Amino acid sequence: MIEVLYFAWLRERIGTNRERVTTQAATVADLVAELEARSDGHALAFADKTSLRVALDQELADFAAPLAGVREVAFFPPMTGG
Amino acid sequence: MRLSVQEAAFDLGQEANRFANDIKGAGAIVTFTGVVRDNGGQLTAMEIEHYPGMTEKAISGIMEEAVARWDLADALVIHRYGVLAAGEPIMMVATAAPHRGDAFAAAEFLMDYLKSRAPFWKKEISAAGADWVAAKESDEAALTRW
Repeated sequence: MIEVLYFAWLRERIGTNRERVTTQAATVADLVAELEARSDGHALAFADKTSLRVALDQELADFAAPLAGVREVAFFPPMTGG
Repeated sequence: MRLSVQEAAFDLGQEANRFANDIKGAGAIVTFTGVVRDNGGQLTAMEIEHYPGMTEKAISGIMEEAVARWDLADALVIHRYGVLAAGEPIMMVATAAPHRGDAFAAAEFLMDYLKSRAPFWKKEISAAGADWVAAKESDEAALTRW
């Protein structure tokens, strides 16, 4: 069981800020492929992967990163702090 | 070092004074404050979303790196989230060092990393609607100089 979090326009497109996902996905990219199939909103949110960032247990990671042992995955657009 | 991620407004003068009063032996203090632009009077409000937990971790990591790279006596980061009006301070950075070179460089480093490595997202609300602020390529490029 993985907790998946969404922020900013991903959250708006998907319509929720978090969901629990049961998955055997080995990598972030595999998980994204599963999430995209969940709804039209998910598909729209993940349509342009170049504008997405991912954090695994609150550390930035890339889409090839393995999910073994990860409890929290967050997807969001490039950050605009400061 | 002090970090505060908060919804409440802060008083720039008070924070700068408190920071300066707590410093012993530094010859230079630099402060930077980011303020909500009014976009020519069009902006109704700015909403700032963040990732509680990761925000604090990411900024603490950036601050620790600044302390390791420059000769700093102290550093402060305050960053707000929630709904802000035009003209309100969004965030501030303060650095104190024996000499100004380290204080300026560390403040710029902190700002560059806060822009694109701290998990905040800004949304501008105007009469015409609401738009997420897009990250600038120049912000990402700014990290390469460090």
